Amino acid sequence: MDCYTANWNPLGDSAFYRKYELYSMDWDLKEELRDCLVAAAPYGGPIALLRNPWRKEKAASIRPVLEIYSASGLPLASLLWKSGPVVSLGWSAEEELLCVQEDGGVLVYGLHGDFRRHFSMGNEVLQNRVLDARIFHTEFGSGVAILTGAHRFTLSANVSDLKLRRMPEVPGLQGAPTCWTALCQDRVAHILLAVGPDLYLLDQSACSAVTPFGLAPGVSSFLQMAVSFTYRHLALFTDTGYIWMGTASLKEKLCEFNCNIRAPPKQMVWCSRPRSKERAVVVAWERRLMVVGDAPESIQYKQLTIQVLLDRLVLRRLPLAIQICEYLRLPEVQGVSRILAHWACYKVQQKDVSDEDVARAINQKLGDTPGVSYSDIAARAYGCGRTELAIKLLEYEPRSGEQVPLLLKMKRSKLALSKAIESGDTDLVFTVLLHLKNELNRGDFFMTLRNQPMALSLYRQFCKHQELETLKDLYNQDDNHQELGSFHIRASYAAEERIEGRVAALQTAADAFYKAKNEFAAKATEDQMRLLRLQRRLEDELGGRFLDLSLHDTVTTLILGGHNKRAEQLARDFRIPDKRLWWLKLTALADLEDWEELEKFSKSKKSPIGYLPFVEICMKQHNKYEAKKYASRVGPEQKVKALLLVGDVAQAADVAIEHRNEAELSLVLSHCTGATDGATADKIQRARTQAQKK
Amino acid sequence: MAFPHRLDAPELPDFSMLKRLARDQLIYLLEQLPGKKDLFIEADLMSPLDRIANVSILKQHEVDKLYKVENKPAVSSSEQLCFLVRPRIKNMRYVASLVNADKLAGRTRKYKVIFSPQKFHACEMVLEEEGVYGDVSCDEWAFSLLPLDVDLLSMELPEFFRDYFLEGDQRWINTVAQALHLLSTLYGPFPNCYGIGRCAKMSYELWRTLEEEEDGETKGRRPEIGHIFLLDRDVDFVTALCSQVVYEGLVDDTFRIKCGSVDFGPEVTSSDRSLKVLLNAEDKVFNEIRNEHFSNVFGFLSQKARNLQAQYDRRRGMDIKQMKNFVSQELKGLKQEHRLLSVHIGACESIMKKKTKQDFQELIKTEHALLEGFNIRESTSYIEEHIDRQVSPIESLRLMCLLSITENGLIPKDYRSLKTQYLQSYGPEHLLTFSNLRRAGLLTEQAPGDTLTAVESKVSKLVTDKAAGKITDAFSSLAKRSNFRAISKKLNLIPRVDGEYDLKVPRDMAYVFSGAYVPLSCRVIEQVLERRSWQGLDEVLRLLNCSELAFTDMTKEDKASSESLRLILVVFLGGCTFSEISALRFLGREKGKREQKVGCGGQGAVLRKAPRLAPAPLAGLAVGGIAG
Repeated sequence: MDCYTANWNPLGDSAFYRKYELYSMDWDLKEELRDCLVAAAPYGGPIALLRNPWRKEKAASIRPVLEIYSASGLPLASLLWKSGPVVSLGWSAEEELLCVQEDGGVLVYGLHGDFRRHFSMGNEVLQNRVLDARIFHTEFGSGVAILTGAHRFTLSANVSDLKLRRMPEVPGLQGAPTCWTALCQDRVAHILLAVGPDLYLLDQSACSAVTPFGLAPGVSSFLQMAVSFTYRHLALFTDTGYIWMGTASLKEKLCEFNCNIRAPPKQMVWCSRPRSKERAVVVAWERRLMVVGDAPESIQYKQLTIQVLLDRLVLRRLPLAIQICEYLRLPEVQGVSRILAHWACYKVQQKDVSDEDVARAINQKLGDTPGVSYSDIAARAYGCGRTELAIKLLEYEPRSGEQVPLLLKMKRSKLALSKAIESGDTDLVFTVLLHLKNELNRGDFFMTLRNQPMALSLYRQFCKHQELETLKDLYNQDDNHQELGSFHIRASYAAEERIEGRVAALQTAADAFYKAKNEFAAKATEDQMRLLRLQRRLEDELGGRFLDLSLHDTVTTLILGGHNKRAEQLARDFRIPDKRLWWLKLTALADLEDWEELEKFSKSKKSPIGYLPFVEICMKQHNKYEAKKYASRVGPEQKVKALLLVGDVAQAADVAIEHRNEAELSLVLSHCTGATDGATADKIQRARTQAQKK
Repeated sequence: MAFPHRLDAPELPDFSMLKRLARDQLIYLLEQLPGKKDLFIEADLMSPLDRIANVSILKQHEVDKLYKVENKPAVSSSEQLCFLVRPRIKNMRYVASLVNADKLAGRTRKYKVIFSPQKFHACEMVLEEEGVYGDVSCDEWAFSLLPLDVDLLSMELPEFFRDYFLEGDQRWINTVAQALHLLSTLYGPFPNCYGIGRCAKMSYELWRTLEEEEDGETKGRRPEIGHIFLLDRDVDFVTALCSQVVYEGLVDDTFRIKCGSVDFGPEVTSSDRSLKVLLNAEDKVFNEIRNEHFSNVFGFLSQKARNLQAQYDRRRGMDIKQMKNFVSQELKGLKQEHRLLSVHIGACESIMKKKTKQDFQELIKTEHALLEGFNIRESTSYIEEHIDRQVSPIESLRLMCLLSITENGLIPKDYRSLKTQYLQSYGPEHLLTFSNLRRAGLLTEQAPGDTLTAVESKVSKLVTDKAAGKITDAFSSLAKRSNFRAISKKLNLIPRVDGEYDLKVPRDMAYVFSGAYVPLSCRVIEQVLERRSWQGLDEVLRLLNCSELAFTDMTKEDKASSESLRLILVVFLGGCTFSEISALRFLGREKGKREQKVGCGGQGAVLRKAPRLAPAPLAGLAVGGIAG
């Protein structure tokens, strides 16, 4: 038998309804709800009750009690209310309980009755007291609207980013409005209020009178108003017993219904049935409930994404939340990881558990789940004043770079430096360095650097370009005399124009090199000082440019200028090796084309570089005549080469044959290109054949 | 020629995507500053920029005038100034001086600094210290990889070598990691990774972290490149110190290839103007000779010239119709080829004039002697004479370093005397050069009394000590021995030659050095790829001081196609030479594989950049030479 319709009852002529209990409340309330301040969080969240809120005049033993229950009535928290009288309670979208006191102070509690923070709604509210308050939700967060004893409104659209706005005065308002509500339109919060037959819309700058479209005449007062959760729709209950339903802009009417009851309702709220997409208003009186509905509307879950839903679930039922994620096939990062991270953030607030245990428990549960940020959890721990726990948690953070900002915040800069280095991100290292530099005294800063070569290199590079003096101090601190020496040498070029200044800088450099036991560099630097002084003297005495020439070029310049004596003297003073001096003179005299002097020089003693270079240089200057002179003096090993250079192929062939040297023979042969070389080539071939015969 | 293009060579990934990406990003950044603006460009960003966006593209996005960032006050009258610079402190001071001068004059303009490839905190810090941080907006142009050719990418970071290998500054490692990350996002994950060297290891690890953070982006993508090999330049300094003898290398040594192009002077063009030539695979003539030993090049070019002439000559017997066909279809191509041919013939002649002289032969002979380790005394005297005669400051240094590395440091007497001679020839400021070369481990003194084992145990202690892992290379290099001789034996770097090495038909990678030496870097790469791991190379790693610094990483699931597995990306951290590129191309053809290379800091060999000797001892190490 078909019993599906058995529990449906007729409603009016054409509709049926049924009533069944989803679940029974587990709570055990002694008071009537009417005697309590009640706030139920949106989306089936927890319920807060403030018992005895108004009995402040009585003995202290009956202080108000704040209780928090789950939606099904399971007790979550209970605490004695010790602060001032509360006017209104409400839950934020983040499930924080906002308790608005008469003095305009707002106390914020967590789901488990933990005090979070408090803020004030401003001086004006404090002076005039709170008459009424509403907590409302916008896409930015949750807001608070206050009606003060002076009949003025103050509101904040987002309590997490508190900006108080005092709304303009309503002209002619003597008493409290009969009803009011906060609206949110075009991302701006407004107040809609009813004064007698008039409706006013308050925004930050103006107060404007508004009229609902198509409202039946004869209304002398609005008794109740209700705005839908999405702020799209508005319902007004008039003293004529009419219910007007329309858009919140009041410009469109959905329907109007005469319920023939003129008593002001206790409550009027919008309710919707998402599947049927019907919109309805529920109106409640003392013993009567009425549902008025018309066109379809669907609940918007915009403010409540699945992620937020899961976050809220996790505090109550961790395993269930995880199952939901798996069921919904959410990616790990959005689902399970998020749940675990949220759970961990809750865990660090358990103050009675030791740091070790909390850290271990978290790590055991989270492991290395992708998308879980240990640094976020650590930040939460630090927020709760648990620095040591935060450091322990950071150890589990695999990305060392993520650990750095929090470590800096916790003033663990040295640890931050190690972590930054580990991350390989030099910019992060640099950031930490700047922190350290400001935080530590110079000595400690340098010591820290000393133990971190990577950071030291980075800082040195910066100093090299921007803070030369610091660079010097760094080397000094390390007793790095070698680098100090180099530093002063650079300084001798960079800063000083005058010769004395340069020499002084070089002297400092030389001293440093001695300290570094680098005798070579010290001596070389002293030689440079000597050379500089000498070059300055040469410029003074001979004119021309000598400064900063190399020793070799200085001597060459002297020879080219005809100052042979000076050149000789210099070569002796600076112990220029013979070979170099010969190459040098040879090149200079050939450049001058002073062949006579060259010849004299070549005969001054036996050449340490042989005579082939003489041949080469003369040929380079296209002076075959001179070249030939030297070719005859070239030793037997290079004779063939010399003869070929001056173009005497025939004689070269003779020498090669005499030497019986196969390589030389081939070399000569390769030079037999001219028409006249035919005979020579034959001669070589004959010699080869003969050599083979032997 | 010697390397016919293998028909089964795998397709190369489309690297031009990198250019398009960089261009789009630059345009986006320029549009962030709407309206007319003047653009100040750092000198060494000009060529890379030119490869990405030419002047007309810049003009299209309302760039009015272009200025070079230099040490002169700017005369721009624009209301908006945009600076495109490397993240260097001196640039920040330049910007600050401009802004401050405007402030003094009571002038307000908009300033925007675009850092390439990334900005550093230190730069912003300088702007702040100079009091202009609030006046300037900063942005990043993440342009870290420039495709120079179909198979060659460059980071164009000339300071990479100096910063990392000399100063121990690790800030570019992040840039490398970002670049690798970009490559794996564009071309799929690399199924096989290998690496050697501390920088390689750090870059690799940082890159892995990046990939993990952006999990899933490259997952499931088909890899286009099967292997990636990261190699620190200091694993093989020797190769970078040798004179180059393949054509592209010689062109680089002689004229300097910058950012994939070269300026041929009047001596090449045989006119009074110089000519900027883009050197890449699109130049058909160049493409056929770039990897050839120089001794083959001239013959090839003259053969080519004769063929070309023959093609021109075909005109003679043509009727009108054929002639019309010839003119419309073939002539343009022939003319183009003619032009390229004459450019390269000109370059060849110029190189021959400089390099085939006896001096060059002697130089090469000395290098080979050093590599093989005989006649050390004779080579040392040769170097001394080289210095005394002031032949070339940079070549002298190169020879000294080669002597030092192949011999595990100079004996104390030579160390002192060669340095003394050098200072006499080229000036006392090179004391700083020597100090830098020593720190970089390029020119060192043999420690007296230090037996091989004593040093080795010291080094291995350093390496195994965990704290020492943080010691920067600048310091640890002092303790390192190069062990070149032992490595050379172990890896067979000096081929045994029976008779003449036929350079026309190369049989191994040694051809890039006239058959005398297989580049160490390329040999290591070859060995690891053959084994697909470092297995069996323990002794080599120990000798390279890299026992703890070599790594392999293979993904278990091998989704890579056999096609992509034949593609290898070799990353030289600190620059590479054209000889190495040629050797790797040879290896690729031999094994039917293809390699791409990324060179950090362009590909100039160590100590190969044009020397800047004037009064600039501040530049320190080899006076700006050791950029690589």
